[in-house]
Amino acid sequence: MSKFTFPESIRSRPVYGTLEPRAGAAHLLIADAHGAEAILDVATPDMMAKAHIIYIPKGEPFEDKLRALKPAQFYSGPTYAAAEQRIHKAFADAKMGLQLYLSGTEGVIGQAQHAAMQAGIPHTAIQTEHRGSTARRMQCVHCKGITEDVDVDPFQCAHCGLHLFVRDHYSRRLAAYQGVCIDAEDPGNVPPSKGIYE
Amino acid sequence: MTIQFNDETFRDDYSFKNSDWAIKRFPFPFHEDSYMYSVNMEQHRGGPDGSIYEKRFDVDEHYVSEMRDRAMVLADDPLRCQSLPHMTLAGWDLLELIMVSKSEDYPDLFELHRNGDKWRWVNKPMGIDDSFTFLDEATLPYGPMEYITRQTQGDFCVLDQRDDNLWMDAGMITTQADWSLDFDIGMNFFEWHAPVPLAHEKGIFVRALKFLLSIQQGAPARRLNWTMTVNPLLDTSPENYHKWGIQKTSVTPENIGAKQHLRVELQTFFRLPRSNALVFPIRCYLCCFDDLMSVPKWGRRLHRVIRDLPEELATYKGFIDNRPMMLDYLSAFDDGQPTSMGIWPDRDTEPPLKT
Repeated sequence: MSKFTFPESIRSRPVYGTLEPRAGAAHLLIADAHGAEAILDVATPDMMAKAHIIYIPKGEPFEDKLRALKPAQFYSGPTYAAAEQRIHKAFADAKMGLQLYLSGTEGVIGQAQHAAMQAGIPHTAIQTEHRGSTARRMQCVHCKGITEDVDVDPFQCAHCGLHLFVRDHYSRRLAAYQGVCIDAEDPGNVPPSKGIYE
Repeated sequence: MTIQFNDETFRDDYSFKNSDWAIKRFPFPFHEDSYMYSVNMEQHRGGPDGSIYEKRFDVDEHYVSEMRDRAMVLADDPLRCQSLPHMTLAGWDLLELIMVSKSEDYPDLFELHRNGDKWRWVNKPMGIDDSFTFLDEATLPYGPMEYITRQTQGDFCVLDQRDDNLWMDAGMITTQADWSLDFDIGMNFFEWHAPVPLAHEKGIFVRALKFLLSIQQGAPARRLNWTMTVNPLLDTSPENYHKWGIQKTSVTPENIGAKQHLRVELQTFFRLPRSNALVFPIRCYLCCFDDLMSVPKWGRRLHRVIRDLPEELATYKGFIDNRPMMLDYLSAFDDGQPTSMGIWPDRDTEPPLKT
C-alpha cells in the first residue's frame, strides 16, 4: 500500500517519519493494520532476535508475515484497548536502550506514543511511521467522548449526537484531534460530510 | 479609593454593567486606527493612576461577581482547573506572588501575615480569613494555584520552561476566548497557538517566545489582546460553544449597542522564583459598544479598525457574520476626524463627534 502524504497543516498536528533500524538493547514494535508493512520493511534478523511485536490486525492479513520474522515475542490482539495492559507492562519492564517503533494509523501511534512518554521513554527513542487508513481518533470537546477511526468531516458524535467539525488541532496527551460543534450558530445547517482529505 | 463591588451576573439575565469609572479605565486595545498582530510587549511596571495598568493584579468593581461566576463554572466542569504533577511548586510561587502583590497594592482589601511558614491570608471582599502552612498542601482547601486563582480575576496559565520552550502544564481557565485547557494542557507554545491564523507566518510566535523565555524575576511584561463577545459572557469556552454560539444570532440593529461587547485581555507575564515557571494571567475586560461610543476617539477608531480588519482575523475572532451590522452601527460614530495616538481616551483633548 502506498504511503499517504498529509497536506501541510498547523503546528499541533503530528508529523510522521519512516522507521529506520537502530542499534538498541531491545526493540518494541507496536503497529496496527497496514503498519505491519512498515515493520516488514524495517526488520532485520539482528533486531528481531531482541524484538517484541505488538500487533492489532484490524482485519488485515499481515500476521503470518510478521510471525515469519521470528521476533523474540509476538502478540496479536483485537484492539488497542485489549493490548494496552501488555503495552504498559512492556514499558514498565523496559531497560535503558529500548528502541520503540510505532506504525499504522494515527490513533494507535498517538496512544502508544502517549503511553511511552508517560512511562518516561525519551522521545529520541521513539520513531513513528504512518501507514494505511488516514482516519482520526477524535475527542468531542463538548461531551469529551472519544471516537476512533473518524474519516469524514463533519462527523456526528457517536456519544452526544452533535455534528462536529473535525479540526487539525491535536492533543498528544489525549492522542486525539478536536471535534467542535459545526452548527452552533445556525442549528441544523450541517454541510454534507466528505472525506477529511478530499 | 474604596471599590464598590457590583452584584451582577455574566450569564442568564446578564446584569453585568460598567460604571462610568470602569468605562473611563477600560483598556481600549487599539493604539492606532488599524490592527494587525504584533509582539506588542511592554514592561508591566505600573501605569497612570487609576488605570488598569497601575497595580500588579488589578481589582475592579466586578471582582466579587466574577469570582462567583468562576465558582459556578468550576462546579459544572472541574477540568477547567488542572495542574500536572510537576507544577505544584509553581502553584505555591503564584500564590505567594498574588498574596504579596494584593496585600501591598490593596492594603484595605487584602492582608497577608507571615511568621516563617505560618501564613494568614485575609480577603475582605470575599469574606475569607485562612491560616495555613506555606508549601504544605494539606493546610489549604484546594491546591495552591486553584486556591489563589479562585480569588483573583482573570485566567491563569502556568507555563513550565524547558527545552527552550514554554509548556502549558497548569491553568485556571474559566473566562477564555474559546480555547480548552483540558485539550491544550501539556502543549508547547507553538502547539497551543497552532490554530491562530497569519501570526505563525509573520514570525510572531518565534519572536514572542524568545521574549518570554528571557523574562526575569521582578521584571514582568504585559500586552493587550482582544476579541468580540455577544452578551457579557465570561465563559466563552469551546466546551459550551454549542450552548452560547447561538447568542451571536441574537444581535439586531436595535440591540447591538447593548449586546455587542469588545472583549479585551490584559495579558501579563511574571517569572516565578522557585520553579522558574512563567505565569501568564489573562484578565478579561468587557465593554458594550454603547459605552465605548461615549468616548469620541474610541468611536472613530473602533469603526476604522473593524472596517479594515483582514477577513481571516474577523473569522478567527468569530464575528465575520455580524461585521456588516457592526459597521452600520459604528459608522455613525466616525465623522472622519483624525484621532490621537495611543489607547487612552483623551476626553479633554479629542473633539466631540460632529453631527
